[in-house]
Amino acid sequence: MTRVAIVDDHGLFRAGVRSELEGHVELVGEAASVPEAVALVTEVRPDVVLLDVHMPEGGGVAVIHGAAEQAPGTLFLALSASDAAEDVIATIRAGARGYVTKNIATDELVDAIERVQAGDAVFSPRLAGFVLDAFAGPAPKPEDPELDQLTAREREVLRHIARGYLYKEIALRLGISAKTVEAHVSAVLRKLQLSNRHELSRWAAERRLD
Amino acid sequence: MASTPTRAPLRRAPSNWGPGVCAGLGRHLGIDPLIVRIAFVAAATAGGIGVVIYLLAWALIPAETAEGAEPRRWRTGRSTIEVAVGMALIVLSLLLTARALGLLWSDVIVWPTVLVAAGAGLLWRQSFAPTRTEKPEPAAPEEERRERTRVLSRSGFGAALVIAAGVVFLYVTGALTAARDAVLAAVVVAAVLGIIFAPWVTRLVRSLASEREERVRSQARAEMAAHLHDSVLQTLALVQKRADDPRAVAALARTQERELRAWLAGREGGHDRLAAALEGAAGDVERAHGVPVEIVVVGDRELDDRGEALVAAAREAMVNAAKFGNGSTVDVYAEARDGGELQVYVRDRGPGFDPDAVPPDRRGVRESIVGRMARHGGRAAIHSAPGAGTEVELTLPEAS
Repeated sequence: MTRVAIVDDHGLFRAGVRSELEGHVELVGEAASVPEAVALVTEVRPDVVLLDVHMPEGGGVAVIHGAAEQAPGTLFLALSASDAAEDVIATIRAGARGYVTKNIATDELVDAIERVQAGDAVFSPRLAGFVLDAFAGPAPKPEDPELDQLTAREREVLRHIARGYLYKEIALRLGISAKTVEAHVSAVLRKLQLSNRHELSRWAAERRLD
Repeated sequence: MASTPTRAPLRRAPSNWGPGVCAGLGRHLGIDPLIVRIAFVAAATAGGIGVVIYLLAWALIPAETAEGAEPRRWRTGRSTIEVAVGMALIVLSLLLTARALGLLWSDVIVWPTVLVAAGAGLLWRQSFAPTRTEKPEPAAPEEERRERTRVLSRSGFGAALVIAAGVVFLYVTGALTAARDAVLAAVVVAAVLGIIFAPWVTRLVRSLASEREERVRSQARAEMAAHLHDSVLQTLALVQKRADDPRAVAALARTQERELRAWLAGREGGHDRLAAALEGAAGDVERAHGVPVEIVVVGDRELDDRGEALVAAAREAMVNAAKFGNGSTVDVYAEARDGGELQVYVRDRGPGFDPDAVPPDRRGVRESIVGRMARHGGRAAIHSAPGAGTEVELTLPEAS
């Protein structure tokens, strides 16, 4: 079973997620603050960390920065009620492999955890919308066209995610394999993390990432 | 530039080594910049007039930037010092030209005038600076304070330049020796007063500033409290009353969440924009039918009549999805595309149906979606199959 840790400063929320995930994954720890989370991840090395974006002392970004080096095998999945694109994108750029909202259904959350552990990127409809927004229009000064633009196919995949389609449904609709859909999403995640597109670097700068 | 639509806008070209005047002019006129440069050099040898024109062009033609053009050199924050130096250089060159042409009656006024020009450039620049209302969004208090300090120090520097110009003028004309004793006395008195009162004045200024900050903060707090009282506290009271009805509690919580999000994102109230109008419709449907509606909007647009028709059709589609989707989440995706086309997808994961065998009670709803879109020059397509849910696709092309 996937070894999962929950990081969130709200005890009630952690309790809710814990009871939802019990039996589906192996829960190996919880943390309620950034220092606690860094210590936990470094010591326990979970497979997947469910990471709150908003916490005092730097939020999810600070946890990833503090723990990622000591726990190279650990993957982070942002789980947040936050609506602000810059917070979500900042967490992804820090290294999270996906973003889901806190009102996600239990089976979808379990599925998302498994997909992250399998190395895939997990895009919720909202994250897909943020990315389409951030990459809207041509890059004003593409320093690296490979990274600063989305391909037509990637846009199409993101639009389907935003419309609420699952990967396998998207594969069926676009006439490609589910693996190809995953490859497109991973490519988008890579662009999201590495591109210097104005919107992205501005958001990152606001969170003092760069 | 309406008269020359095919020409490149008159902008100084980005350049590593110069202001880009010649390159910009050449691009604007559609000729090689080298010709422009030669013309300028030729004009410069003819009594220096080329130099004057070049400097004027540098000061007045906005530079091209990645974001589009700077509004005007006069109005940009960065170039204040450049403006001052430019003013000084322009005046200096004018004076030198006049001198060369024998129009100058005395060399005495040259340096004072140049100093005055630089100082005036700094001072006047402040009154051309964008006022706070012109800014797209209110600056953070920290930023605002820094900006104010910057303006003050520039104004002080400008005033100092102008005063220095006056002193230089008095000195070189010999008037200063006579006035020296009086000036010395005044300076000494001012210094003494300054030393005595400086701490008091500093304290006063500081306390005024902190008072103002405190007022702004308490206003913000009062506004926040009022909002929370009207929304969150009301909802919590309702939740307590309806605690025996989990569906109602969930619906209340979702509605409140949606409202709070809209408020935090600064787009509550006016539904005159696409995103806000669609979110409003989604909230209404969610409230009326107790089904979660997840909405993602990419891009945004002012709403005209056609846009409102689109929102109304989308609302019908959401109601439909909420009614016939067996309680599954309704996914709404809207995109305002670059070309001006608007697209909305409304999707449920219900039992779906065979579009060729539409039950009569759904025909009316279909009409109000398909018919409405057609009347406003748009399209509606309904994709469904038994067991595969239903998706309504609304497209509104750019107004022709």
